[in-house]
Amino acid sequence: MVVEQRGPEAAPGESPHRRRRLGLAGLLVLLAGAAVLSLVIGARSLTPAEVWQGLFGDPGDDQRLVEITLIVQTLRVPRTVLAIVAGIGLGVAGALIQGHTRNPIADTGLLGVNSGASFAVVLSIYLLGLQNPVHYMWFAFLGAAVAGAVVFGLSSLGRGAGNPLTLALAGQGVTVFLAAMTTAVALGDKQTLDVLRFWNAGSVQGVGFDVITVASIFMGVGLVLALINLPVINLLNLGDDVARGLGVNIAAGRTVGVLAVTLLAGAATAACGPIAFLGLMVAHVARWLTGPDYRWLVPYAGLLGAGVLLLGDIAGRLVVRPAELQAGIVIALLGAPFFAVLVWLGKFRQA
Amino acid sequence: MTTAPEAPELHRGVRVGGWSWVWRPWTVLVTVVLAALTFLIFCVSIAVGDFTIELPAVFRTLIGQGERVDEFVVMDLRMPRALIGVIAGVALGISGALTQSIARNALASPDVLGITGGASATAVFVVTAGGGSAIGSAFGLSTAALTGGLLTGLLVYFMAWKKGIDGFRLILIGVSVSAVMQALTTWLLVLADIRDVARAQRWLVGSLDSRSWTEVWASVWIMAVLVVVVLVVAFQMQPMHFGDDVAAGLGVRYSAVRAVLLLCAVLLAGVAVSAAGPVPFVALVAPQIAMRLVRSPVPPVIASGLFGAVLLIGSDLIARTVLPNDLPVGVVTAIIGGPFLLYLLVRSNLRRAA
Repeated sequence: MVVEQRGPEAAPGESPHRRRRLGLAGLLVLLAGAAVLSLVIGARSLTPAEVWQGLFGDPGDDQRLVEITLIVQTLRVPRTVLAIVAGIGLGVAGALIQGHTRNPIADTGLLGVNSGASFAVVLSIYLLGLQNPVHYMWFAFLGAAVAGAVVFGLSSLGRGAGNPLTLALAGQGVTVFLAAMTTAVALGDKQTLDVLRFWNAGSVQGVGFDVITVASIFMGVGLVLALINLPVINLLNLGDDVARGLGVNIAAGRTVGVLAVTLLAGAATAACGPIAFLGLMVAHVARWLTGPDYRWLVPYAGLLGAGVLLLGDIAGRLVVRPAELQAGIVIALLGAPFFAVLVWLGKFRQA
Repeated sequence: MTTAPEAPELHRGVRVGGWSWVWRPWTVLVTVVLAALTFLIFCVSIAVGDFTIELPAVFRTLIGQGERVDEFVVMDLRMPRALIGVIAGVALGISGALTQSIARNALASPDVLGITGGASATAVFVVTAGGGSAIGSAFGLSTAALTGGLLTGLLVYFMAWKKGIDGFRLILIGVSVSAVMQALTTWLLVLADIRDVARAQRWLVGSLDSRSWTEVWASVWIMAVLVVVVLVVAFQMQPMHFGDDVAAGLGVRYSAVRAVLLLCAVLLAGVAVSAAGPVPFVALVAPQIAMRLVRSPVPPVIASGLFGAVLLIGSDLIARTVLPNDLPVGVVTAIIGGPFLLYLLVRSNLRRAA
């Protein structure tokens, strides 16, 4: 299925690597710009100078400066950092899961990570009466990890180990089951349902650095595993037989990949709630931009994921001012139509 | 269970007049067993309730020779519910099998066609914005939801149309439209009053409660027409699993066949949504399970439909009898269907290892 598609696109004399490197640099610049916007824009607009002052200056006794420092350091910076970190995680995870399942509609929630996190959150609220997001986030981590482990364990029993279809279907089976259990609990308890509906929307707002740090550590490990996995995915996509012939340990390659997806998507979901569609969308856009080489595709997907999540969060602050719309909702509402147009124009091809 | 054959088994061909097909005993056996199981659960589901009727009495009543009391309970109270369950199950199963065949993707389901997403968003809009009373009566709600679902389904259909239907384009467009609908649903739920949210949530998982004969008959007739169309056209779909070129070489007009079948899948999903609400997962799980039961490499249309029915009314029966508080059928379906799929996957993996 993998088609080498350098030919007509690369202009003579211009190496595709150079073009891709330039693209990567461009994405980084865009991301930096979006990050600045994210610090400036909000219920209370600040000028870049004020943001600078809030970040590094000494507020002294000036009431106004103290306020600005507070806004910047406790509200704007954490959500900006989280949007970047979680966006990278979801983008990379989305590209990896599509590479490993060879399925164009595989999303980061496929391995049961989202439904596992949701179920754990619902249970913790229902059984322990937790109210503070900081507390039930730990359960979300746990739920995502357990669900991911179960899916992977089930799909790697016996000799079918690492079969992409088995993995995808096992993920669906577990997702189906956990989602139903989540609904069952939420239907019986109004208070749980109330928390669940906000959790389901997916937002980067109101998360402190204690959570972000932990999520980042998990995602850092996931990113390292993902990077190790990249050359292997390229070979696996030539077909299992060819890959085996070239000396790839298929089971090990799949294990590392799935582990990376679980860590990245699990940590992002635990911190922000289930943000659907982002991973799927950026994986396709990245494939369109770079071609099928995963060593390029995955970094692109990560940066695109961070950019889209950041812009989604910013847009969410602007559309219904002074209230806010959750980033997960904004991304689906604005990103999906854009994505559909690209699909219709025939920009994407099979993984 | 027999061991997996080493060499590809050769099946005998059967020819009757101008028609010919392959005789596959195992497929026929599984299909007949599933049909029998559907009928049995259907009868048990009628028999069980606050006032239990013996099974023989149910049979007698069904063929029109029962007592007056039984007749009232069976025909007026329990039959509509059981029948609507069978209809919704068959519709979801067939719709799922068609979608997965056309998209050639095991993860595709009518959810991807936008029906369920559109219906859910509309229903939640009616419940939360309508103040819960004006348009909110049960009949108005399901009609509104059906309209929204069908419109969304047709939107996906036409957006995916570009000199014919292509499976890859279809599912990607479908996934994006569904994502928009899902986001709208979530947004409405976040904004709404928590009491409305609870009502909407209950509708979102699907249920077979309080069905009248008028609703049942409408579904039965639409369903019957659609199933006939599907069975006639699906015969042409077999070669399409080998790819469009092979199909064209064998004289199949694949573009037309795909367009007709996909439209049928959309309408069948619409029937199911109007009958039971957006019961999740049946359409995804039923074809995959039926495929493994029949040991067919592609989703079998009839067996998928029958398994969908078994899953749906079986779950409804369990929800009403075994489980403590009345859970909506959609929840029970998923709680049973998910693990069953996992069991089949693990079993086939282990057998391959042995």
